[in-house]
Amino acid sequence: MNIALFLEMAADTAPDRIGLVCDGQRWSYADLLAGARGAAALIRDSGCAHVALLDESSEAAAMALFGAALAGVPYVPLNYRLADADLGALLERITPALIVGDVDRVRRLCPADSNIVLTRAAFVEAAQARAVDAPSEGEDGEGVAIQLFTSGTTAAPKAAILRHANLVSYILGTVEFAAAPEEDAALVSVPPYHIAGIAALLSSIYAMRRILMLPAFSPEAWLDLAAGEGASNAFVVPTMLARIIETMAKGHNPDLPALRAIAYGGGKMPIELIHQALDLFPATGFTNAYGLTETSSTIALLGPDEHRAAHGSDDPIVRARLGSVGRPLPTVEIEIRDEDGAVLPPGEPGEIYVRGEQVSGEYRERSALDADGWFPTRDAGYIDADGYLFLSGRADDVIVRGGENISPGEIEDVVMTHPAVAEAAAVAIPSHEWGEAVGLIVVPRAGHDAPGEDELKQMVRARLRSSRVPERVLFADALPYNEMGKLLRREIKKLFAA
Amino acid sequence: MKPGTKLKSAVCDTEVMVIRSGTGGIECGGAAMGEAKPDAIGTPDTAFAAGTLMGKRYIDAAGTFELLCVKPGKGSLSVDGVALSIKDAKPLPASD
Repeated sequence: MNIALFLEMAADTAPDRIGLVCDGQRWSYADLLAGARGAAALIRDSGCAHVALLDESSEAAAMALFGAALAGVPYVPLNYRLADADLGALLERITPALIVGDVDRVRRLCPADSNIVLTRAAFVEAAQARAVDAPSEGEDGEGVAIQLFTSGTTAAPKAAILRHANLVSYILGTVEFAAAPEEDAALVSVPPYHIAGIAALLSSIYAMRRILMLPAFSPEAWLDLAAGEGASNAFVVPTMLARIIETMAKGHNPDLPALRAIAYGGGKMPIELIHQALDLFPATGFTNAYGLTETSSTIALLGPDEHRAAHGSDDPIVRARLGSVGRPLPTVEIEIRDEDGAVLPPGEPGEIYVRGEQVSGEYRERSALDADGWFPTRDAGYIDADGYLFLSGRADDVIVRGGENISPGEIEDVVMTHPAVAEAAAVAIPSHEWGEAVGLIVVPRAGHDAPGEDELKQMVRARLRSSRVPERVLFADALPYNEMGKLLRREIKKLFAA
Repeated sequence: MKPGTKLKSAVCDTEVMVIRSGTGGIECGGAAMGEAKPDAIGTPDTAFAAGTLMGKRYIDAAGTFELLCVKPGKGSLSVDGVALSIKDAKPLPASD
């Protein structure tokens, strides 16, 4: 199996159909396949062990991804937002590599002359030039298709690997070939080093849905591209959606009649924001997708009908589903387990385990799968009686107070119901008496007075057990998030330590 | 047959990729499929001439065999003379 098959099938079926639009340039499936084959020839000649991208999204990302696949060399998109020292360490780990993108930065951070470094334009030009005589046959695709470095919040970044078999299984299990009508177009604004950015390329090409690439996200550029190219689908992280809605409210509000579907994931969606989005885009179907790098993207989803049912329901159970990530894909199994590995019944919180052909659970150094093929996600959550999966944060974020496990989410959910609270986060803080205790940080809502510390403590005491009551409460103007909208709890812990 | 193996029809343009397989002969148009295309192309058996569709997955009743059509043709697929059927895929909303 080889993921390049998807592009070959699309190019076979409709070679002249436009498959990708970026910066006003249009690339047909035949153009993309020719570029990928030419790139594969370059990669084979180079003798490199990895193909890396240090660049924003463009046609080069598609050519490098499929070119590396055809050449049987792992593709490693790198996070260009990393600090020099961190990026330099990753470059050392992938040398010798063919690296596309920021030539000056690569040369400065990693002077090894065993790397071949090309600008985006030089790479695309060379790939196109080699396309003429490049062989059409690729490698078997037995091995690693993609290597993604995890963010490494606690230790050195891990190199997660996804095999061709994982990704092929994911796409075949979730996408019907050429199912998209010819006018459809998917707006891709997540960066190329994120699993959602890679999955978007694979899914859209297999569905034969034209890709509209937005290399650098801004809400204005997103709205203009969606309107100008008639985007039918889009994937966003919650912060992007918040900024898009904010920008629309300020009057930058083009008509988006073609926009049929918005999928989101990659971080927690505030309940209020999704209700707002459902009202603002009444004709658009929303899908919440939950997945991890190690699972080849989505493993559970909450679909458009479930969103509308929850949004319009008075039944608290149905309404609460808007805060879930939906149900597992038919092709994967999900279990909730306690610390001893015992499977928990519905409603009981624990760690989320997943199993399926799309699940790699593998790092360069070791596999995290257990003997039966289950992957411990390190995400905490529970499944309700109807099979809906609710996330409550990372298993590592659990606050252990005197031996009692407290999920930050349960406290945050209570505090967020206060009308003067815009955002809230609970973290573990050191406690002499309990080992760990609850620290709560709150961002007051604009135009409201900050709620009183005692008032918040009283709220938690009234709704939850007394062990959940925060020991300390801090107020801040904003919470720290990374560029994908993930809350940086380690930064919040530092605020309590200060 | 190893997953990922590509098989070609001996009687039409059909090509498939093996997703999973058990013991048994994979055929198209009633003739055994192989990794190489034969020099002389035959004609499909009329009992196996309904054709294959690009991008469809074909399975046997037991779910032991699963083939992805990567090039369509006039023959239809079978294992040891028993016709395969198109796998029903429940459509999922696009999630990325």
